Amino acid sequence: MNEPTIDNTFEDPCQRAPLVLNHTEFASVTTAICQANESPRPPRAWYIAFAISSTLASLFGLLVLYLIITGVGVWGNHSPTMWGFPIINFVFWIGIGHAGTLISAILFLFRQKWRTAINRFAEAMTIFAVICAGTFPVIHVGRVWVVYWLFPFPNQMDLWPQFRSPLLWDVFAVSTYFTVSLMFWYVGMIPDLATFRDRAVTKTRAIIYGILALGWCGSTRHWHRYERAYLLLAALATPLVLSVHSVVSFDFAVAQVPGWHSTIFPPYFVAGAIFGGFAMVVTLAVPSRQLWGLKDFITMRHLENMNKIILLTGSIVGYAYLMEFFTAWYSGARYESFAFINRAFGQHAWAYWIMLFCNVAAPQLFWFKRCRRSIPVMFFVVMCVNVGMWFERFVIVISLEQDYLPSSWAYFAPTWVDLAMLIGSMGLFLTLFLLFIRYLPVIAMAELKAVMPEANAHPAGAHGSADDQNGEAVS
Amino acid sequence: MRTSKDIDGPLETPVRFVFPQWSNLLLPTVIGAILVVPIYAALVLTYGLSPVTHNVGYMPIQPIPFSHKIHAGELGLDCRYCHNTVEYAAKAAIPPTQTCMTCHAQVQPESEALKPLWESYGEGTAILWQRVHDLPDYVFFDHSAHVERGVGCATCHGRIDEMDVVFQTQPLSMGWCLECHRDPEPNLRPLDEITNLAFDSLRDQTAQVRRGLLDISHISPSEDCSTCHR
Repeated sequence: MNEPTIDNTFEDPCQRAPLVLNHTEFASVTTAICQANESPRPPRAWYIAFAISSTLASLFGLLVLYLIITGVGVWGNHSPTMWGFPIINFVFWIGIGHAGTLISAILFLFRQKWRTAINRFAEAMTIFAVICAGTFPVIHVGRVWVVYWLFPFPNQMDLWPQFRSPLLWDVFAVSTYFTVSLMFWYVGMIPDLATFRDRAVTKTRAIIYGILALGWCGSTRHWHRYERAYLLLAALATPLVLSVHSVVSFDFAVAQVPGWHSTIFPPYFVAGAIFGGFAMVVTLAVPSRQLWGLKDFITMRHLENMNKIILLTGSIVGYAYLMEFFTAWYSGARYESFAFINRAFGQHAWAYWIMLFCNVAAPQLFWFKRCRRSIPVMFFVVMCVNVGMWFERFVIVISLEQDYLPSSWAYFAPTWVDLAMLIGSMGLFLTLFLLFIRYLPVIAMAELKAVMPEANAHPAGAHGSADDQNGEAVS
Repeated sequence: MRTSKDIDGPLETPVRFVFPQWSNLLLPTVIGAILVVPIYAALVLTYGLSPVTHNVGYMPIQPIPFSHKIHAGELGLDCRYCHNTVEYAAKAAIPPTQTCMTCHAQVQPESEALKPLWESYGEGTAILWQRVHDLPDYVFFDHSAHVERGVGCATCHGRIDEMDVVFQTQPLSMGWCLECHRDPEPNLRPLDEITNLAFDSLRDQTAQVRRGLLDISHISPSEDCSTCHR
C-alpha cells in the first residue's frame, strides 16, 4: 500500500486533522482491517518472524526448565549483586506495559481521539509485556514450586509474607495490573470480535469468535452497558498507570543501597516506563502497519504524537538523571556521591554512557518535525530507547556490586543463561504479539469509526456547516 | 473474496454462530459456582489446618508392647532415667537395651512379651522402636534448648504417663511451634517440674510466676528462619 497522500500532521486551526485516511465509509474500514486476519495465509514476513520468535520463546522455556532443575547458580547473580539479570528484565518488561495502560485509560478519559487506532495493540503489548515481566520474579525466587508463598493465605506454618516489604506490594501491584489490563483489553475487543464472528466464512472461526464475542448483537442496550463498563474500567486503570511503576520503584527506593534510596524514584520510574512503553509501541507499530496494510489507520499523525510523548518523557528521564547527580552532591553523603561517580566512571561506566546516549541524546532528534515524521529516524530512535531503557535498569541494579562494604565488592558478569533468557523473553513477547495480530482485531474498529466524519455527519441545514465534518456537537 | 459491496448488502451465506440453547444453563452454573467455591475453599482450609492432617493420634505398633503408663505413671520412673540425654543434647536418646536390662534382668525375665528384648541383649542388635514424634528432616529441633528453659515434656508430648501405647497429641506443625515462640509464657514451668507430666503450667502457677520465669531465664525465642531451618 502506498503512503497516504494527505498530510494529516499539518495543524490547521480551522479544521481537525483527519485520523483515518483514504476511507470515508465505515464498511470499507471494516473490510480493510479484517482483510489481513481473514486471508487464509498471512504474509511471508509473518511466517519468518514467527519462526524466529517462537524458536526463541521455546529456548526461553527450556532455559527456565534448566534453571529449575539446576538451580539459580546458572545465572551470574552473586553476593552482593543478588538481583542481577532477572530483576533487570522484570523492571524492563513491566515498564514496557505502561504505554498500553496510559493510552487505553488516561488518553481515553482525556478524550484524545488519536488513541483509537493504537490502543488495541498497545493494550495487547501491555499484557504480553506483563507476562514476560511476571516470569522473572517467579523464577528468581529459586524454588519455583513454592512461589504461591508470595501470596498471603492461611497455612499450617503460620507464615505470612512481609507486609512491610515493597517486594510484596509488587506482587499485588503487578497482579492487579495484569487483571485490570486483561479485562480492559477483552471488554474493548467484544464488538470487534462480534464483527469477526459475523464475517466468518468457516465454521471454526464462527464458533471461536462467537464464543469470544459473548453473544454481542450490537443492540443499543449492549452498547450502553459496554460503554459504561469501558468507562469504569478506564477509571479503574488510571491510577494503575502511576501506581504500578511507583511500587516497582519502591523495590529500590525503600532499600538503603546508595544510588537507590531516593524519593525521586517513583516519578522518575513512571516517566521512564511511559517513555520505554511508547518506544515499544512505535517499534511494533512501524512494521505492523507496513505488514498489515494499516497505514490509513495508524497514520503519520499517530506516530508523530507518540514521538512527541517520547520526547517529553525522555526529557523528564534526562532531568531525573541530572537530579540524581545533584542530590548526590548536595546531600554531601559520601556513599551516595561515590555511587554516582562510580556509575559514570566506574567499572560499568560504558553501560551508563550507553544509557545516557540512548535515553537522553537520541530522543532530542524529535525536536525536529522532519525527524518525528521520518520512519527510519523514528525507528532508530525508538530502538535506541528500547536499548537505553534496558541499560537504565542494568545501571541501577548493578549499583549493588559496590555498596558500603568494600570487602564484599565484586564484579558482576552475566552468564550465557542470563543473556539467552533476555533474548528468549523477547521471543516470548514477539510470539504472543504475532499471534495477536494474526488472530485478533488489531485495531479497535468500532471505536475507530466513532472518530470518522461519518459518525458526526450533520444533515444539511442543521446547526453549523454541513461541511464541518469533524465538528463537535454544538449545544 | 469479499468486497465492500458485499458488506453493504445482506451477507451471502454467512456462517452464523448463535449460542445453543443449553448455554442458558451457564448462568445458573456460574452463579452456583460462585456460591460453592467459598464453601469448598473453607472446607479445604479446615481440613488443611486440622490436626488430622498433621498426624495427631499417630500410634505405630512397637516391637515390644512397652507401656509408658506402667513405667512413667504407676512406677513413677523419671523421663530422664531412659531418655538420659534430653537435658544436654538435641535428641532425647532412645534407651539402649542395657537400660531396660537394669531392671528386666530381674523383673519378669520369663515374659513372652520381653522375648525381643532378650534376643537383642543376646545378639547385640538394636530393637527397632518406631519413632512417634517425627519432624521433617529440614527442621532442627533441640531438646536441651527447650528443657533447660522450662518447657516441660508434657507440653509437646502430652500425658505420656497415661498412655499404654504412645501416640502424637500435638500437631507439631510450624504454626504450632511458632505459637509458642511468639508467646512462650503460658508454656513455662520451673526447672524442677520439667519431667512432672501432671504439672499444668496454666493451672498450677499464677501468671506472675510465669512472667518471672520468662524474666529469670531471659527467654525471647527467635522467629528467624535459620533458627530451625539451618
